[in-house]
Amino acid sequence: MDYFVHIAILIGIYSILALSLNLIVGYTGLLSITQAAFYGIGAYVTAILLTSFGMNFFLSIVIGMIITGVVSLAIGYVLSKFDGDYFALGSFGFNIIVYSIFLNWQSLTRGPLGIPGIAKPVLFNIDFSNNFYFLIMVAVFALLVYFISQFITRSSFGRVLKAIREDEKAIEVFGYNTLFFKLTIFVIGAMIASIAGALFASYITYVDPTSFALSESIFILAIIILGGLANNKGAVIGAVCLVILPEALRFVGFPSDIAAQMRQVTYGLILILLMLYRPQGLIGEYKL
Amino acid sequence: MNILETKKITKHFDGVYAVDGLSVGFEKGKITGLIGPNGSGKSTLINLLTGVIQIDGGSFVISSKEEISKILPHEVSDYGITRTFQEVRLFEQMPVLDNIFVVLTKRNVFSSLFETHKKFHLERAEEVLKKVDLWEKRNDLAKNLSYGQRKLLEIGRVLAMSNGFGDDSDIFFLDEPFAGLFPEMRKIVIGVIQHLKEQGKTVILVEHNIDIIRELCDHIIVLDNGKLLAEGIPNDVLSKREVMDAYLGE
Ligand SMILES: Nc1ncnc2c1ncn2[C@@H]1O[C@H](COP(=O)(O)OP(=O)(O)OP(=O)(O)O)[C@@H](O)[C@H]1O
Ligand SMILES: [Mg+2]
Repeated sequence: MDYFVHIAILIGIYSILALSLNLIVGYTGLLSITQAAFYGIGAYVTAILLTSFGMNFFLSIVIGMIITGVVSLAIGYVLSKFDGDYFALGSFGFNIIVYSIFLNWQSLTRGPLGIPGIAKPVLFNIDFSNNFYFLIMVAVFALLVYFISQFITRSSFGRVLKAIREDEKAIEVFGYNTLFFKLTIFVIGAMIASIAGALFASYITYVDPTSFALSESIFILAIIILGGLANNKGAVIGAVCLVILPEALRFVGFPSDIAAQMRQVTYGLILILLMLYRPQGLIGEYKL
Repeated sequence: MNILETKKITKHFDGVYAVDGLSVGFEKGKITGLIGPNGSGKSTLINLLTGVIQIDGGSFVISSKEEISKILPHEVSDYGITRTFQEVRLFEQMPVLDNIFVVLTKRNVFSSLFETHKKFHLERAEEVLKKVDLWEKRNDLAKNLSYGQRKLLEIGRVLAMSNGFGDDSDIFFLDEPFAGLFPEMRKIVIGVIQHLKEQGKTVILVEHNIDIIRELCDHIIVLDNGKLLAEGIPNDVLSKREVMDAYLGE
């Protein structure tokens, strides 16, 4: 039972991440591979505020969102100078930079040692160190993020994002200053990812840089490509699949000495097959 | 009265002058034909005046206001300018209806975030899409339309710009809107252009078909190598020797 609760919590956290990145990649067509950086900032802010200042968890989420918002605005502005593949490469670079900061700003982050002992929140006498309650909290946040994503993508604003993705020059000529739209969604997406970071930090009670490396950004990207770009349900379905898949592969019975590697290979293979035969993902509305 | 005038406007690509110190005017409320052989700079001129490419030299003036020597794409609709593209540029992976809605809704980030399309958007889109015979196709993705329907959807999109809300456009640049259309569809586009004129709009029409030019245009401007070769009323200009030579000699 505890195992399933654990998996469900991870699904919730990755759903939030996938929804946030889908706004940027799926709806706006900005191939950003730096979402783990914002996820990490959210996680570290909560970790530091809780361990060093004993701050309230929920307040730390808000502060994490603000800090991530400012950082992502700066990153988004620099990235707005790039197009297409260069945007992807640039975003790559930022993930690496933020990762190195987590690793090397030792006085703040304790570097590779990470920050242990992050407390679980308590709210109205509900003690979230009970995993089941924690799951409910994650689910509430995930639902909230889902509805916010739906709200954004169904608005006129959301339609402009899609038009930017399809032909930015053309939509500009019709009177849209696309830079503002791109920055806004980039910052919103980053702030949402920071919520996932705070939840993760509190759940695992420990953060270290490895959770927020480039590979994590690629994993989040794989989730939304699998589930289907520009579809909020697709992001959630993708998260369910890719969190469960490696777990399911545990039971396939690979010899134990190569099990971990085989899981990676199988997982890669499934992604490649999917891209070959269903490039729009499971229920996607947009092909890269 | 000229609604738009260029003043020695210039654009070169790697030493080739696509538009070469060109000074021309477009009269308000009239249909002006912009003609010339392939590569004479017609599309480049439109791209300059709509911010799609940047001006190298010279400027232009709209409604006798300040001289503009640098304009960004998102600013052109503020000046009442809208356009179609020679190579159709639609929002491909979006339904036909959304291709129209997107030019009807609010331009501002925050107000658009709290807006969804409303009944009057739908009515306006219906009106426009019926004009270009695409209402039945409203839920199809733009990329699944036929070539001619795609051209018509671009026309519909600029028509939606001539509305009472959002940005009300006065100047319409249409870059070869008839190219590759069947006669039925040509009729639709001719009707749309005539209707724009009746509403007092200014149309600048790039077109190779001389019959259509004669039928629609009040005035024509002939470009050759980015320079003005001739201008005047269609019958006069089209009978000029140098104009025929430029066309035949291409
Ligand atoms: N982006 C560009 N880069 C380089 N050269 C260009 C570019 N755009 C146009 N040109 C050149 O500028 C010249 C004018 O091109 P333009 O497209 O304006 O001609 P046009 O009159 O519209 O021709 P057509 O009737 O074939 O559409 C041509 O020599 C063309 O090759
Ligand atoms: Mg042209």
